[in-house]
Amino acid sequence: MPWDIQTDRPIYIQLMEQIQLKICSGIYPPGSRLPSVRDLAQEASVNPNTMQRALAELEAAGLLYTNRTSGRFVTEDTEMIVHVKNKLAEKHVKDFLKKMTELGFNSDEVMSIISDIVETEEMKYE
Amino acid sequence: MNNIVECKNLTKMFDTKKALDNVTLSISRGKIVGLLGPNASGKTTFIKLCNQLLTPTEGEIYIGGIKPGIETKNMISYLPEKNYLNDWMKVSDIIGFFEDFYADFNTKKAYDMLKSLEIGPNDKLKSMSKGTKEKVQLILVMSREAQLYLLDEPIGGVDPAARDYILDTILRNYNETATIVISTHLISDIEKILDEVIFIREGRIVLTKTVDEIREETGKSVDALFREVFKC
Repeated sequence: MPWDIQTDRPIYIQLMEQIQLKICSGIYPPGSRLPSVRDLAQEASVNPNTMQRALAELEAAGLLYTNRTSGRFVTEDTEMIVHVKNKLAEKHVKDFLKKMTELGFNSDEVMSIISDIVETEEMKYE
Repeated sequence: MNNIVECKNLTKMFDTKKALDNVTLSISRGKIVGLLGPNASGKTTFIKLCNQLLTPTEGEIYIGGIKPGIETKNMISYLPEKNYLNDWMKVSDIIGFFEDFYADFNTKKAYDMLKSLEIGPNDKLKSMSKGTKEKVQLILVMSREAQLYLLDEPIGGVDPAARDYILDTILRNYNETATIVISTHLISDIEKILDEVIFIREGRIVLTKTVDEIREETGKSVDALFREVFKC
């Protein structure tokens, strides 16, 4: 999952979102050690101070923790990760619903569109 | 001393023209700062004043608490906008030159970076393209362990892929206690690596802010804000 940074929103917030995503999707599993700030900054082509800020905010939120001698780790609290995952899902669905409302669909129509598409997608893989 | 650069009411006149007009500014340590402005806005003049290549007409400037002079040359690693290396030199000659001049020059680091570009110690500058020369100069400048790096238009003459390499080199060699000032008008290419920006126009400071503040407050990229502020 490559880093995707837009320049019209605060970069530290985008980094936080993308690290959360990497944690939820298991790229950074619970309890695993994160790469160093410098390496992460270079990977994302951003300023190390900005990466540091994103990590510090995630740490304050409890998703990461620092072990003084050995670096920064993903929380082992899998419940918290599930919670973050649900939050992200909620956000995506809300964004989606907003766009569908703008297109003029009501919630029943949206539900039937979703189930139709899910069905055809499933048929593809059978 | 938390600020690496501090200036008060700094003015520089060339004959009757004010290149810098009553600039009061401080730049703290450990930041990557973009010095952004259109052509002829005073960017290079400011950098040259930091370097003592120019002296102020009025006002004061301090680097790490002292006036620019012999001692501050040890603190500053400067990349001029022009190519100043002699064409007849080989890479190993130039590195020897830098080693002699600067106690903080890290020879191994320089050779490692050159190697990653497949530039050998016996390569002659004469045989290099303009872009390659620019990369060599940047490598020399970033191989010093300085407190302040002043990079005047470091990405001006190179293609986008080489720009990425240059920005990567800057990030890789950046040490958290040093400050890097990058002057440019190619903002979209560098804004991801900046902490702060200084907008300068006709010798005056128009704005100084952190880049994420700009994005938070305006919902715009630094590039978009620049285009708005400096609209012709």
